Amino acid sequence: MYTFSSKLKSVAIGLMIIGAIGVAYGFFSSHKDFAQVEEMLASESHHGDGHGETANHHEAEADDSHAVDHAQGTEHAHDEVTHAVAPVHGEHAEVDEHTKHVNHVMHAMHNRPWSALYVAAFFFFMIALGVLAFYAVQYAAQAGWSPLLLRVMEGITAYMLPGALIVLGIAALSHYVGHNNIFVWMNPDMVDPSSEHYDKLVAGKKGWLNVGMFILRGLIFIGGWFLYRYFSRKFSIAQDKANDDKNFKKTFRISAAFLVFFLYTESMMSWDWIMSVDPHWFSTLFGWYVLAGMMVCGITVISMITIYLKSKGYLPRVNDSHIHDLAKFMFAFSIFWTYLWFSQFMLIWYSNIPEEVTYFVTRFQDYQLPFLGMVAMNFVFPLLVLMNSDYKRIPWFVIMAGIVILCGHYIDIFNMIMPATVGDQWSIGIPEIFSMLFFAGLFIFIVFTALTKAPLTPERNPFLKESEHFHY
Amino acid sequence: MEASKVIHAIYTDDDVLMNAVKKVKAERHHIEEIYTPFPVHGLDKAMGLEPTRIAIAAFMYGCVGLTVAIVMMNFIMIEDWPQNIGGKPSFSYIENMPAFVPIMFELTVFFAAHLMVITFYLRSRMWPFKKAENPDPRTTDDHFLMEIAVNGNENELSELLKETGAVEINLIDKEH
Repeated sequence: MYTFSSKLKSVAIGLMIIGAIGVAYGFFSSHKDFAQVEEMLASESHHGDGHGETANHHEAEADDSHAVDHAQGTEHAHDEVTHAVAPVHGEHAEVDEHTKHVNHVMHAMHNRPWSALYVAAFFFFMIALGVLAFYAVQYAAQAGWSPLLLRVMEGITAYMLPGALIVLGIAALSHYVGHNNIFVWMNPDMVDPSSEHYDKLVAGKKGWLNVGMFILRGLIFIGGWFLYRYFSRKFSIAQDKANDDKNFKKTFRISAAFLVFFLYTESMMSWDWIMSVDPHWFSTLFGWYVLAGMMVCGITVISMITIYLKSKGYLPRVNDSHIHDLAKFMFAFSIFWTYLWFSQFMLIWYSNIPEEVTYFVTRFQDYQLPFLGMVAMNFVFPLLVLMNSDYKRIPWFVIMAGIVILCGHYIDIFNMIMPATVGDQWSIGIPEIFSMLFFAGLFIFIVFTALTKAPLTPERNPFLKESEHFHY
Repeated sequence: MEASKVIHAIYTDDDVLMNAVKKVKAERHHIEEIYTPFPVHGLDKAMGLEPTRIAIAAFMYGCVGLTVAIVMMNFIMIEDWPQNIGGKPSFSYIENMPAFVPIMFELTVFFAAHLMVITFYLRSRMWPFKKAENPDPRTTDDHFLMEIAVNGNENELSELLKETGAVEINLIDKEH
């Protein structure tokens, strides 16, 4: 039996407290009103007389409309500050334009702490869900190498339920408490033909994209995943004490069924929880793409926790070859992720259809460093580091590669959510980092608590012997 | 030092063979060669053979393939005749790179795979009209043959091999 070391426990609790403070700070500091944002934009434009230059510099290759919008906005901010509020200004159009721009920036700033929280919550939830899928695959494929790691996976999947509920909760709260800070389609004005915010494209999708259905679907997905996790865990523990393999066979069956359910629901979940932040945009292989990222992160976390527990002497029967296999999976799924990332990008880039390509245009212009940096972190780095067979057996090597992969996939999620919610107002600062710290603490706390609940080796698993002698 | 006389010990089971190899190695005799009808897992380790470096060669061949692809397409599509084909940007290599990636990938794999196979053939000296080096046709079916150099210690060796479970022990004069 594993005991949650008090040191790790206090680290987890500390992370949660520090994270919560940072998140709260992020929310308080983002509440800037119109005048404040206006002032901020004005002071930005005052920096140096070459304001046009700075704007150009910032927006190097910004898409036309936005660049114009921004440049005009700042220009007007410049004018408007001196004129203060001037209803009888004569040039109403300009005032409107300016108001629009300030509103736009203000909304982006209000969205930032919500999005930061959402990205972090989704990142940790996706690890747990990826591990759950990997776990089901181990049973359905009757893998002989992995039974020694099953309990580690079960520990990680304990985070799935709270993690998923938090993600769904943040999404729902952003509608009910916030001002639809994450999903613009949650704004009822968008589907109301009499409103000035009416959006025909979003209105056309309201059969799928409406808050009630969104929450209901989310609960169905979570319910299905939870039921699998609950029963597979129950049978797994029952198998320890059983004198036949009935429980194992049951898990085998529900795993196969779960994988079917999972592939459908994971796909829909990725439309709902991620793709719908850009309700004008769609991509058919998006669900797979999210799945690939999920699997890489899940497997990376399995190997990191396994290496940690082994270093503390809790997994004496796990050998180099298990680590080697996990590292191979990290390597292979990193490449699979890249394959899907590139397939999605290249097809859209190649055909260059305006309604699709804006997705990558905004990412490429406003998010160039994270967008390209993530490819280096998620592809080039694991490719070169984990290619050598000997390196895959060295624990610190796997941990190092794992840290880079996890950071890379955080940026991946960041790149999926942020451009739609905060646009060019993004940054990786206090709201983002402390949200990550908070959920990291929660994740560690829940996962390691779950690990103490059952012996770390599933005794009487029919493939246990094979796993113990696993040798590559 | 090429011995002129060798002993051929024949086994009928790979487990027996593995144990025999370990024993012969422990007695510090030099095993010239082992002929088996199929790969015996762990035999290379038991014999103390060096690990293969073919993967390293393949990695370098892959790098060559990638370079060939990049240099070729940069010359053809960007430098030699930068046409506007369907509005694709041909001003610089990086701008049009996504369109080149499939070819970069395929050529990397092509070079890595083919050159690695050719390296394998060269290093293991295999080609179409090569004379087979099989000392006993049964080793392609169900027998395992261990070839050990004899340096005037044939009796001692025969005893040892018999102990290890060899079903047949032949003294062969290599100078035909």
